[in-house]
Order: sequence, then structure tokens, then C-alpha cells
Amino acid sequence: MSAPPPCAYITAMAVFSTLTAYANPKRFLDLSRRIQPWLGGATALLLAVGFYWSLFISPADYQQGQSVKIMFVHVPAAWLSMFAYACLAGASITGLVWKHPLADQAAKAAAPLGAAFTFLALLTGSLWGKPMWGTYWEWDARLTSELIMLFVYLGYIALWDAIEDPNRAARAAAVLAIVGAVNLPIIHFSVDWWNTLHQPSSILRSGGPSIDSSFLWPLAIMALGYQLLFFWLWLLRIRTEILKRRARTLMLMRGAQL
Amino acid sequence: MSAFFAMGGYGAYVWPSYAISVAVLAAIVAVSVRQHARATALVRRLEREEPGDAS
Repeated sequence: MSAPPPCAYITAMAVFSTLTAYANPKRFLDLSRRIQPWLGGATALLLAVGFYWSLFISPADYQQGQSVKIMFVHVPAAWLSMFAYACLAGASITGLVWKHPLADQAAKAAAPLGAAFTFLALLTGSLWGKPMWGTYWEWDARLTSELIMLFVYLGYIALWDAIEDPNRAARAAAVLAIVGAVNLPIIHFSVDWWNTLHQPSSILRSGGPSIDSSFLWPLAIMALGYQLLFFWLWLLRIRTEILKRRARTLMLMRGAQL
Repeated sequence: MSAFFAMGGYGAYVWPSYAISVAVLAAIVAVSVRQHARATALVRRLEREEPGDAS
């Protein structure tokens, strides 16, 4: 039985196409500046409630005991690690094919966020694995493909830093991001394709979530909190990239006049 | 209270998971905000100075 098409990627595409409707950097800046505080407030509220619920209200699992609490920081980080990559790959394709004026900045801005969430997914997974599986690390399909994604993120960031001209850097990095996207379905389906130590999906599965609502609620709130935090950070970082581009242009103009 | 910190014997795994998650998320927020402030200041400075003024 295979999992349904992961709705996260579809959401990513929808969000991205909405953003690209604001193709003009000026309009994008105006809109994002207005959204930013509301998004920030909602993020803070959701994370405050989510952390409180996860730590103080959610019950112990009958098999896993209190170690199940790690789920509330592990699963959202793992989802966002893949969601950020879908955004990175989507922006890279848009930049490469349609030469969209904001796509390069959007792709570049998403990478450090994705790397951070991937790092958190691996680390919290490791801390959950020790008491549950008896090991911090196992070279199984899910864990290995997630680790490869961390390396792809780091390689992507390094490539941007290595090439001086931003347009050439954007092209090279976009190719890497698109090639690295083959890893996304591998991560998602690894638990079905291979016999792994990692458990299969219990939320994004056909037939609906299979976990109890006392765990599902705090998990959903944490996941939404992580999701909004990602958007808040992504918007801010895209605005930063636009400003950096502008600074570069101003400095080049000045250089030309000297 | 100490039972809460013990987390049913899993405290050594639960607390580091939460502490590192909060620390990493807070760090990336701090870095992103600081980079944005720097870029804003740089563009303002460049736009204020007349192109010919640069020494």
C-alpha cells in the first residue's frame, strides 16, 4: 500500500505560485512587509501553545512512555526539511526556465532554513532512536536519504558562496537543487520501498492518521507553527536578498562612475 | 516536579531534543533578523551618498 501524494509539495507549489504573482520586487516587498508582522504573531502564538501542549499536557504513550514527546519536535522538523526543499527546487526551476526576477533570491533564501530543519530532524531522530531502537544511528534508507539531503543543502549553500557573479551562481546552484530533488520521493517513500528501522507514515497515509487525537492535536499545532515560522523566515530572507542585490547594483554603478 | 524532569526515565533524550530545537530555531531567527538589518542599513547608506562622493 503506497502513501497518497504528499500534500506538502502541492501546498509548496500553490504558495510559490501565489508569491510569484508578485513578480515585481517592489510589489513583493510591499506585500511581504505588510504580511510579516501578522505571520510573526501567529507563529509565536502557535509555537507557544504547541510547546506547552507537547511538554505539559500530552500524555505518555503506552509503549514508548514519555519518549514519545520527541515526536512533537522531530516530525515537524522532518516535514519542514522536505517542504523547504520542495520550495528550493520549485524556485530553482522557476529561475532557470522562466528567468523569474525573484526566483533566484527565493531559492537562495530557503536553503539555510532547509538545512536547519534537516539538522534538527536528524538530531532529534537520533535522540529518539537511542531509547527506542537502541542506537543513535543506523544506515537505513530513511536516515541515509535524509542525511544526503543535508549534504545537498550544504553543497547548495557552498556553491552560491563559491561563484562571484550572482547570475552564474544562481544557475549552477539551481541545477544542483533540481538534480538533488530526486532525493525527495526517495525520502518520502523509503519507509515503503525498503525494510527500514524507521516506522512508516502515521499521519500522511491513506485511510487517515493512525495516531490518537491526544498526540495528533499537539503535533498538528507544532507542525503549523514550524510551517508559519518557515514562511516568516523565508519572506524575511527573500527581502534581505533583494536588498543585497540592490546594494550590489548601487556599488557597481558607483564603481562605473569612478 | 522531579518526576516531570525525569520524563519517565527518558529525560536524557527528551530535554536535549527540545533544548536543541529551540536553540537552533532561535539562532536562525536571530541570524536572519541581523542580516536583514545589515542589508537595510547598507542600502540606506548607499542611497544617501551621491555616486561621486565615494573616496
